[in-house]
Amino acid sequence: MTSPTSTTVTGAPGADGRAADTPRAVAGRGAPGHTGSRASRVLGILALGSIALLVLYGLVWSPADAEMADSVRLMYIHVPAASFMYAGCFITTIASAMWLRRRTPGWDALAGASAEVALVFTAITLGTGSLWGRPTWGTYWTWDARLTSTALLATLLVGYLALRRLDVDPTARSTRAAVLGLLLVPNVIIVNRSVEWWRSLHQRSTLVKLDPTIEGQMLVALMVGFLAIGLVFTWLLVHRFRVAWLEYQSERLDLDLALAERRAEAGHPTDVEAPA
Amino acid sequence: MWRDAALVAGRDLRVELRSRVTTNQVAPFSLLVLVLFAFALDPDRQLLERLASGLYWTAVLFAALLAISRSAAIDETDGVRDALRLSGLDPAGVFVGKAAAVAVVLLALELLLGVGVVVLYGVELAGAGLVVVAGLAATVAVAATGTLYGALVSGLRVRETLLPLLLLPVLAPVLIGATRAFEAALAGVPADGWPWCGLLAGLAVLYAVAGALAYGTLLEGS
Amino acid sequence: MEPVVHLRAAVALLGRFPALAGFDLDVARGEIVLLRGPNGAGKTTVLRACAGLVPVVRGEAVVLGHDLRLDPRPVRRHVGLLGHATGLFDDLTVADNVRFWGRACRADPGDIAAALALVGLDGRLRDVVVGRLSAGQRRRTSLACLLARRPALWLLDEPHAGLDHDTRDQLDALIGRAVRQGATVLLASHELDRAESLAHRVVELAGGTTAPARSAAPSDGSAPQAPPRRAPAAPSPEVSHVA
Repeated sequence: MTSPTSTTVTGAPGADGRAADTPRAVAGRGAPGHTGSRASRVLGILALGSIALLVLYGLVWSPADAEMADSVRLMYIHVPAASFMYAGCFITTIASAMWLRRRTPGWDALAGASAEVALVFTAITLGTGSLWGRPTWGTYWTWDARLTSTALLATLLVGYLALRRLDVDPTARSTRAAVLGLLLVPNVIIVNRSVEWWRSLHQRSTLVKLDPTIEGQMLVALMVGFLAIGLVFTWLLVHRFRVAWLEYQSERLDLDLALAERRAEAGHPTDVEAPA
Repeated sequence: MWRDAALVAGRDLRVELRSRVTTNQVAPFSLLVLVLFAFALDPDRQLLERLASGLYWTAVLFAALLAISRSAAIDETDGVRDALRLSGLDPAGVFVGKAAAVAVVLLALELLLGVGVVVLYGVELAGAGLVVVAGLAATVAVAATGTLYGALVSGLRVRETLLPLLLLPVLAPVLIGATRAFEAALAGVPADGWPWCGLLAGLAVLYAVAGALAYGTLLEGS
Repeated sequence: MEPVVHLRAAVALLGRFPALAGFDLDVARGEIVLLRGPNGAGKTTVLRACAGLVPVVRGEAVVLGHDLRLDPRPVRRHVGLLGHATGLFDDLTVADNVRFWGRACRADPGDIAAALALVGLDGRLRDVVVGRLSAGQRRRTSLACLLARRPALWLLDEPHAGLDHDTRDQLDALIGRAVRQGATVLLASHELDRAESLAHRVVELAGGTTAPARSAAPSDGSAPQAPPRRAPAAPSPEVSHVA
């Protein structure tokens, strides 16, 4: 994953535009050479700050739950992580739809970045959920609705990312990925509904009802959890998107440059008109 | 569109009949899966009979993977994609035709597997109405979904491995629904099963529409 | 009269690679034009672009009155492409294949039967599975599929490759017949002797564009400057009996 501060695209730190093939120079035409920026640094600091706050609230200031004792503290990460996992899927689907309409590469990059970040949060959800399950139900894995459908969601995301890694013509890859991405949210909804219908062990609607037993300091901790996870999610998404965007930039030859090279095969001079 | 669909369905079925891969390979394979389950679960007949619905639909899904792969392969032949684009066939019609052909093949396999389950696992048929309706709905759902996802991986070197990875999670709800419906039917409580039938029908419609809409984009853009 | 094919500074991309980097071409109705050039020059791309299969992203591209830059799809019905790939189903017979592709493009059943007859596949070979045929017979089957469409523009990519002498004669005869009936033919070929005597005009292609004129090249009609002849002056010697 990206380092805590920023990601730098390595290349000769020379005058922009001089060497036409270093990533920095190519990226220099209209995009930064690294993925950090003022805004994202502020975001990162806020994220770190809110994580610190979450640690305090989660571990120290909020009380242990009557039934679940200290393991409830995992919920402050688990529930927000699950929410943002779904958010990531939504972003992927919407970005896929926008790509199919507009065909601009930014949407494709966003769809892919969002899916990757969503997968990370899926892992966090599964991990914390599993750890929560251990003291609560005695096993690491229970086939309850939330865990099961999250596991299926993980496979959906893995499949989507596998499709994105294909070694084919980029337009073909983007088209297929976009159609698959468009189906992601419907699949998630269908899987969730059918699995929930089928099993009902997990604490459903902990979030939706804001269960009356979650109150006071615990509610505050949960809100801080949402804030912290949300900031981390956004920060990761921004950086992953920028990396994808830079990848796209460095892959893509300037069309005119490519045209000139192609015509040079024939021994043309570099003008566009056919010689008389 | 329907005319094109009929033309394509006829072509796909004719290819299957002529090549006999389904009868010679896919059908025996699916029966083999049933037999393997018996090895894995110890032919304590009570256990197999209780689990029959789930085992049946799992075997159907594995057979479906092969059938869908074969269906996608027909259009991967050198130059066929270009010819399809040039022919003026309605892509939605091509999709419906292919899905229909897959559905027919699947129905044949399901009948065979049904016989297999009755014979090998000692299942007693009951609730025939629910069984038939749920079976049809599930088959259409699998065929439609599979044809769409088959098109997503069509022409790729990694089609064989990517198709199961993409398709099986999406078919999990179909597996859940079909199994519950069959269990309800065999247990003599069809009332429990009809709602699941509704789910299957909904999925069938959803993927039929999605596939018809997306097939053209995939045909052009890949 | 409006040209059947009009390309001006056409740029066509295969993925991100500019296969055509500014190509000019004008073909009038009834002409047979040969595209000539080294491997990788873009000849196949020209044919596929005219068929509406490869998008043209810059320049002008109008084929049979359809603007390919607006929407490449409507033109497809009116062209016939014979490429390297056969586009046939190996498990089906010759008749099945031609009938499928014929009915797919709404061809008249009479045309479908006639197409099989024209390529000489309406006899014993009609019911042979395509997978068992030789390369030349497969090419003839693809040709039958093309004939059934009765396209106004024929796009042939190395049509003589892999065919024996008689079959090549047959193909040339069919091309001549089509042109007499009003079709236009654009072909790319390495069989220079045969293709050059068949064609009215030669266009040199290199680096995705019209090749620069070389002083020593004898039949180098690189730019579409000379007004093209509308119809062949006299029947060429290859127009012989139809098998």
